Amino acid sequence: MQTFAVYVDNKPGVLNRVSSLFRRRAFNIESLTVGHTEVSGLSRMTIVVNTDERGARLVEANLYKLLPVRRVDNITRVPTIGRDLAMIKVQATGDARTQVMQLVDVYRARIVDVSPETLVIETTGTEDKIDSLLEVLRPYGVIEMVRTGRVEMVRGTSQAITVAPSRGIGDGPTRTADGGAISV
Amino acid sequence: MSKKTLTGAQILWECLVREGVDVVFGYPGGAILPAYDAMLDYPIRHILVRHEQGATHMADGYARATGKVGVAIATSGPGATNMVTGIATAMMDSSPIVCITGQVGSGLIGSDAFQETDITGITLPVTKHNYLVARSSDIAPAVREAFAIAKDGRPGPVLIDITKDAQLGVCELDWEDAAPDMASIDRSGHSFGVDPIALINAAQRPVILAGHGIILGGGEAAVRAFAEKTQIPVAMTLLGIGSVPASHPLNLGMMGMHGESWVNTAIQEADLLIALGMRFDDRVTGNIKTYAPNAKKIHVDIDPAEFNKNVTIDSAISGDVGAVVTGWMSTLVDVDRTTWLAHISDQKGDAAVRDIKNLPDDGHLYAAHVINDIWRITEGKAIVVTDVGQHQMWEAQYYHHETPRSLITSGGLGTMGFALPAAIGAKVGKPDAEVWVVVGDGGFQMTLCELATMVQEGLDVKICVINNGYLGMVRQWQEFFYQRRYAATPITGPDIEKLAGAYGIWGATVTSRSQVQSTVDAARRQKGALIDFRVEQEDSVFPMVPAGNDLHNMIRRPSPIVETSAD
Repeated sequence: MQTFAVYVDNKPGVLNRVSSLFRRRAFNIESLTVGHTEVSGLSRMTIVVNTDERGARLVEANLYKLLPVRRVDNITRVPTIGRDLAMIKVQATGDARTQVMQLVDVYRARIVDVSPETLVIETTGTEDKIDSLLEVLRPYGVIEMVRTGRVEMVRGTSQAITVAPSRGIGDGPTRTADGGAISV
Repeated sequence: MSKKTLTGAQILWECLVREGVDVVFGYPGGAILPAYDAMLDYPIRHILVRHEQGATHMADGYARATGKVGVAIATSGPGATNMVTGIATAMMDSSPIVCITGQVGSGLIGSDAFQETDITGITLPVTKHNYLVARSSDIAPAVREAFAIAKDGRPGPVLIDITKDAQLGVCELDWEDAAPDMASIDRSGHSFGVDPIALINAAQRPVILAGHGIILGGGEAAVRAFAEKTQIPVAMTLLGIGSVPASHPLNLGMMGMHGESWVNTAIQEADLLIALGMRFDDRVTGNIKTYAPNAKKIHVDIDPAEFNKNVTIDSAISGDVGAVVTGWMSTLVDVDRTTWLAHISDQKGDAAVRDIKNLPDDGHLYAAHVINDIWRITEGKAIVVTDVGQHQMWEAQYYHHETPRSLITSGGLGTMGFALPAAIGAKVGKPDAEVWVVVGDGGFQMTLCELATMVQEGLDVKICVINNGYLGMVRQWQEFFYQRRYAATPITGPDIEKLAGAYGIWGATVTSRSQVQSTVDAARRQKGALIDFRVEQEDSVFPMVPAGNDLHNMIRRPSPIVETSAD
């Protein structure tokens, strides 16, 4: 597995360009998350790819060929903190409810929604921890689960982002809620 | 420069003219109409094509012949989708073109409007970058950036899709403010591996692999100086032909599937490969597991994404080929490589392609004869534009190119139908050059509609149709690998001489070797010519490395097919 922190312009179509690259070059994305950074206009992707070091170099070089990609860091071999977030809806009535709540305590997860039949459990942590929680909850009846995929940050004093977003040219129009599209 | 208030359509042409464009290849339609209307007020020559695929191949041929950016223009929907093959062709062969398409009004995007198609989505994997421009004020920065990207680093196609309302809208053109920010593109830190100089100085049996990147970067003189200083022989890829003169004593010829046996053997025996601006395509490596097993590999390319893609590299240097090898020169030591050169030369033996003019006429017309005769008659000075297939390989073998950009051919994508429109583009870009098309009867029929473009524009292009009544390369594979089961390869076509007449072009039919010289001579005196060479129908291209086979396991050229008179 290889993990990349990829800084991209926060523009329409960028995710499509990145994912299309992986598809076209036949690299298998294990997980991809994207969100804003502290720099306005710049988003950060954490991409986990199922490949070796040689493949990682190819991934990096190919990512740099995409114009909206501003910086690529391979953070596979540096100390990082990696977190996944999951919400798990579990069947929990009667005795089961107490047992589930104890498990939530053990895993230092949180209950964020309660209904007569179900609980929604929120947890963050490594994938292993979440996988483990999921397994212990399964016997009670997992109704649904949603996960963000891994986000990852380098530990300690690493360099601040020195890249800036490019200006948005050719972003295309944005469709509005009333159905008509306007040029923005 | 002062700011001007213009329509988006006017800004488009204003920017194109300022980028140095004086000719575009295109086809009008609804969504691009505002741009076409504004075009009349600018110093632009518009070449009206007969199919938008032709426009992209013409822009490509223009770019390959001149080194400048070629421009193609089309309308939305089918106009845009017809361009896709030409864009993919330019992408695979790193040809700098800018394609401009009209798009439906931005208010209609996503509504499946008439002639709406998601062309930026469709072309995403076959462009370096593309834009959907929905604001008039974005046109100038998009055009400027598109030209910069098309030329920058490894060249390639860029598409700008402009909505109709962006063409019609009015805004201020601020040329300086629209300048692209190319400095922020990362170029550093992509070299890796061991010191190339140590490898070169230690090598006893090195071979230079010369690719298209040498020509794209104008590194021919640097590479030649490097080869001469080190006395390292040069093998060329198909698109590398012309990077080193064919007659140069260190030039071995073309490598790969239809490369000469001694070239491939030299690569297999080498202890060092110095790959310059080439990408180890499967057509040049054969079986990758047995490729040059004892050779260290140095790879110089401007695109670091090529390193370790197909072949494991010992020393990768990202940068312009000419600049990199020039930087090596002062640290190279003289190594005596005469034994190695003599060894390669010995391998040639009787297998060498010769000027076959002195072979007696045995009554057969072979494509190799035709191409070799055209080479001799044009003194090797023509720009030859080929299509894809057997004739393409025979051209590469029997027309000896001395200068860069004199062979224009679709290598990576292998696009049939490329030759005629690409030749039209080349002729537009190089009006004083003698331009020959070498095309098969299959590929010719894919884009022969562009004959009308050639006539309407008064372009002097000579067309040599190698007509064997088959889709010859596929037929050859069927003969070798599918027990001669000729599925869908026999092909008929029009009477080509009559077709020439219908288009108002001088035409001729050649059925015997004795007619070649006089017919080619006559064609050269005409303004445009179309010659039907009815060649041997079941002739094959030799030598051949069957796809996926070891590079040294070639099917050799069987004398006497082409080489002797004993047939």
